Amino acid sequence: MTAMRERLRIARYLIAENPVNIVAFGLFVLLVLAAIVGPLISPYDPLTTNTSIALQPPSALHWFGTDQLGRDVFSRVLVATRLDLFIAFSAVLLSCAIGSIVGALIGYFGGWLDATVSRGVDILMAFPLFVLAMAVVAALGNTVINVVYATAVINLPFYIRLARAEINVRRTLGYVEAARVGGSGHFRVLRVFLLPNILSPVVVQASVNLGWAVLNAAGLSFLGLGVRAPTPEWGIMVAEGARFIASGQWWVVLFPACALMVTVFSFNLLGDAVRDILDPRLRT
Amino acid sequence: MSRVLFRLLGAIPTLFGVVLATFLLTRVLPGDPAIFFAGNPSMDAQAIQEVRQSLGLDKSLPQQFVIYLRQLAHGDLGQSISTGLPVRQELMNRLPTSAELTVCAFLLALFTAVPLGVMAALKPGSVVDQLCRLVSTLGVSLPTFVTGLLLIYVFYYLVGWAPEPIGRIDPFIALPPKITGFLLIDTLLQGDWAAFVASAKQLVLPAVTMALFALAPLARMTRASMLSVLSSDFIRTARANGLSWRTVVITYAFRNAMLPVVTTLGMTFSYMLGANVLVEQVFAWPGIGAFALNSLISLDYAPLQGFMLVMAAIFLLVNLVIDILYAVIDPRAELER
Repeated sequence: MTAMRERLRIARYLIAENPVNIVAFGLFVLLVLAAIVGPLISPYDPLTTNTSIALQPPSALHWFGTDQLGRDVFSRVLVATRLDLFIAFSAVLLSCAIGSIVGALIGYFGGWLDATVSRGVDILMAFPLFVLAMAVVAALGNTVINVVYATAVINLPFYIRLARAEINVRRTLGYVEAARVGGSGHFRVLRVFLLPNILSPVVVQASVNLGWAVLNAAGLSFLGLGVRAPTPEWGIMVAEGARFIASGQWWVVLFPACALMVTVFSFNLLGDAVRDILDPRLRT
Repeated sequence: MSRVLFRLLGAIPTLFGVVLATFLLTRVLPGDPAIFFAGNPSMDAQAIQEVRQSLGLDKSLPQQFVIYLRQLAHGDLGQSISTGLPVRQELMNRLPTSAELTVCAFLLALFTAVPLGVMAALKPGSVVDQLCRLVSTLGVSLPTFVTGLLLIYVFYYLVGWAPEPIGRIDPFIALPPKITGFLLIDTLLQGDWAAFVASAKQLVLPAVTMALFALAPLARMTRASMLSVLSSDFIRTARANGLSWRTVVITYAFRNAMLPVVTTLGMTFSYMLGANVLVEQVFAWPGIGAFALNSLISLDYAPLQGFMLVMAAIFLLVNLVIDILYAVIDPRAELER
C-alpha cells in the first residue's frame, strides 16, 4: 500500500514537473475515446464514395477535406483510430505475455532449453526487424490479424531477453530458496514469487514499445501489407494520399499522418512517464 | 586479431540459423510457385508437375534445404520469376543503390547527432538542448514515410528546391558507365559534373528522411551518456588538476561517452535497413527494398529469400564492425562479451 502511495506521489511530481505529461495523458484519453466511440460519432460514412466531391480541400463541411474518391477524410481518420490502436495494443500485449513467460521459463530452468531459445532469439535479432515483419506478413497471409502477429514477433525478443535476465538474477535469491524449502514447486515459485516481481520492468518495456508498435503496423500497411484498400487505417491512407502530395493535395496525407504522429508522440511520452514512475532509476 | 577471427566464427551458427529461417519462411509463403513458374494457371496438371520436379519442389523439406544450401554455396540465389534474371545479379545491381542512400543517411545522422548531443549535454537547458530534445522527439514520433512525404510537399511542391521524387537521377540525364554502382562516385570518376549534381539533388531528400529517423536515438544516447560522464569523478579530478575544459571534454569525456553510442549504432542500423524499404517506396528509389517488396507482392519468393539473407548478412557484418570499434575505443572491453 505504501509502495502504491509512493508511486502516486512520483506520478504527481512528474506531472507537476513536466506539464507535457498532462498533454500526453490528455491525448491518450482522447485517442482511447476516439477508438471506442469513433465509428458512432463520425459525421460521414468512412466508406461511401462520391466522386463529384473528390479531392476537395478542408472546408466547414469536410473538416479534413475529401480524398480521391470523395470520402470524408475526417471520418476516415476518426474511424481508423480503433483499428490502429487495436493492432498496436494486441501486438504488444501478445508479445509481452508470451515473451515474459518464455523468458521466465528459460531464465529459471536454464540448460538446453535456455540455449536453444536464446539462439533462436539471436537469429530473430539478426534480421532487421521491420524486414522480418514484412516477411512474416507475407508468409502468413495478407490480413490484419497477421499484422498483429508480425508486430508481436518482432517485439518478442526484447521481452524474452528482459524476462530471462530479470529472472536469472532473482532465482538464487533468499526468498526463492525459502519458497522452495517451504515446499513450493517450480511453477508455483515462478507464478507466485518471480513473475509478479518482474512485472514492473515488463510493463515499462511494454509502454515504451507501444509507440514503436504503432509505427511498425502503419509502416506495414503503408507498403500495402495487411490492411486492405477501402478499410480506413492511417498507414494505408497515407499511402493512398502519397500520389497526390507531389501535386499539392496535402490534406489527404497530412491528417492521417498527424493522427499517427500524435498517437506515437503521446504513447512515447506516456511510456517514459510510466518508466519514471515504476523504475525511477532508469531516468535519463 | 585472433579475437576478431573468433568473433567471426561465433557468427556462423547465427548465419546458419538465418539461412534456415529464410528457407522455412519462404516455403510457407502462400501460393504454389510451380504454377507461378509455369506462367499460366490453366496449364495442365502434367506440365505443372514437370515444373515442380524441375524446381525440386516435389522433394521433402530437408532434401530441399540441402539443395538450397548447395546452391547457396555456389553463390546461386535462384531465379526471379518476375524479371527472369538470376536473383544474385538483381541484388548486386540494386545493392549499391540502396547502400548509397543508407550510407549517406547514416553518416549524415551520425555527424549531426553526435555534435548535437554533445553540445546539448555541455549546456543542459540551453537552446541547443531544447533543439536536441525536439529533434529526438520528432524523430521517434514521425514515421519515416510521413517525414519523406512532408519533405516532398515542402521542398518539391511548395519551395521547388528539390527535384521530382522519381528515383536516383533525372531520366533525361545519361547514366554514367557503371563502375562502382554508386552514382555519386561514378559520375565523379567520369568527371560528369552535371550528372553528379543531378544525382546528389535526388539523394538529398531521401537521405535526410532516413537521417532524421536515425538521428533521434543517437542524439538522445549521446546526450545522456555525455551527461553522465561529465558528472563522474574522473572528470571532476581532471578539472581540479587544472586541465583545460577543452582537453577534459574532448579527450576525457568524449571518448568515454562514445561507448554506449557505439552500442546503439547497431540497433539504429537495423532500424535503418528496415526504414530503407519505406523510404525507397516513397521516393521511387530503385533499390533492393523496392525490389523485395515487388517480389513479395507478386509471390516471387527467391528474390525475397535473397533479400532477407543479404539484409541479415549486412546486419551481422555491421554488428561485427561495431564490436571491433568498441574494442578499439575501449581497450578494456573483451571482444567476447
